[in-house]
Amino acid sequence: MAKVEAGMAGNVWKVLVKEGDEVKAGQEVVILESMKMEIPVAVEADGKVTKVHVQEGDFVNDTDAIVDVE
Amino acid sequence: MFTKVLIANRGEIALRVIRTCQKLNIQTVAIYSEADADALFVREADEAYCVGKPPVNQSYLNAEEIIAIAKKSGAEAVHPGYGLLSENASFATRCINEGLTFIGPSPNIIASMGSKIEARKTMKEAGVPIIEGINTSLESEDEAKLAAKEIGYPLMLKASAGGGGIGMQLVNSEEELVKAFAGNKKRAESFFGDGAMFLEKYIAEPHHIEVQILADSHGNVVPLWERECSIQRRNQKVVEEAPSPFINEETRNKMLEAAIKAAQHIGYTNAGTIEFLVDREQNFYFLEMNTRLQVEHPVTEEITGLDLVEEQLKVASGAKLSFTREDVTRNGHAIEVRIYAEDPKTFFPSPGKITEFKLPEGEGIRNECAIEAGSQVTPFYDPMIGKLIAWGQTREEACSRLKRALEDYKIEGIKTNIPMLIKTVSHEQFLKGYTTTQFVNEYYLPLLTSTK
Repeated sequence: MAKVEAGMAGNVWKVLVKEGDEVKAGQEVVILESMKMEIPVAVEADGKVTKVHVQEGDFVNDTDAIVDVE
Repeated sequence: MFTKVLIANRGEIALRVIRTCQKLNIQTVAIYSEADADALFVREADEAYCVGKPPVNQSYLNAEEIIAIAKKSGAEAVHPGYGLLSENASFATRCINEGLTFIGPSPNIIASMGSKIEARKTMKEAGVPIIEGINTSLESEDEAKLAAKEIGYPLMLKASAGGGGIGMQLVNSEEELVKAFAGNKKRAESFFGDGAMFLEKYIAEPHHIEVQILADSHGNVVPLWERECSIQRRNQKVVEEAPSPFINEETRNKMLEAAIKAAQHIGYTNAGTIEFLVDREQNFYFLEMNTRLQVEHPVTEEITGLDLVEEQLKVASGAKLSFTREDVTRNGHAIEVRIYAEDPKTFFPSPGKITEFKLPEGEGIRNECAIEAGSQVTPFYDPMIGKLIAWGQTREEACSRLKRALEDYKIEGIKTNIPMLIKTVSHEQFLKGYTTTQFVNEYYLPLLTSTK
């Protein structure tokens, strides 16, 4: 299982996947907001989303897991 | 004039404000998070206080702590910089209630310009052209569909509490509008605490051109010409210049007049920027008003010879502007590029430690930067690490000086957007002076795939 980390501190603007979704490498799963800018977070490998850790409006730090992919 | 000012910001803008304060013999108070303890702006301030942990909501957005520090240090005024608390009406109100001068307009103006629907209504009353659209909050999908039919697609669906590059979506058809509406409304509710949504007609090939104004508390409003900021990625500016190479003198004059009308109508004070979208035919429309100092203010300073922070401090202390519109002459051409710690292909932030660092020098070159070799670019804040500004007698001269300076910019240890900036400022389309907000998509990104 791979944990996808936020990579930067910011607010969760948009969650694009839900548990059970199949995702492809490079696919954007969450969009963060920082300084009025939308910054997408993508998964590195194909897989299935087993857990979404964040909700829209949450504040995340760079090392926080945002989704788990199996 | 003030004797001591607290700067409620960090990085290059904190340092920028400190420099002007030093020039005016004003004592400076910096605030910093634990992540910024070793930063240059902290050392340059006369006093510095730790305001909390690295995340902004525990430090630079902690209004209570910031005000407590201001009072403890004996500061008389607070300069909010840009971003962070600079457009937070309740912070401005709290400063005033605590007897501190907030260096910016009054809280009610910040609030009314922060609501995009309210701002549209106000500008319409002022006689400033607005984009065809609706000025009330859309409560339901059906209401949105009806309004959309009247205006016609394509449209921008926007959150009233959004702004900058956040909270807007292009919709090309009723199907897309229906698909986007509920989610965007809910997101605006949870994110901004305000779910008000509205629609604006989509302007094709828009230029983003804004007018800088200064206003004192005696009713004087002076425009400081315009800036063209069309080159953006993720709806955020990366290259800004003054004057705009696109508009003609007639349009320029009309835009400056509109900006004066806007500022006078709302009784604006301090430095502010009225942003417009300008279409192919040079029709211009109000986009939003930024009630603070802008990141790109140096290009205006370069062509006018004014120090905008100095003017902000003066008008905030109650002084009259010492010049009129006619006095503000335009000299040469200035271009600014924002240096970001980010991947030049994906634009994803690239934090890390800067191992080697040397700023470029040369005639007409100015740097606004608060980092040095050994600085850590943390993931907690905006990844902009500095701004490089080039001035020339002509646009051609400014372009060539800027390109040379970018090539001389020495920064190691992190990825930066400098390669992207070099490609941009040497691109034929940029040199021609016709840039729209689609520049990165149309001209820069295709370069990457063609050279792979």
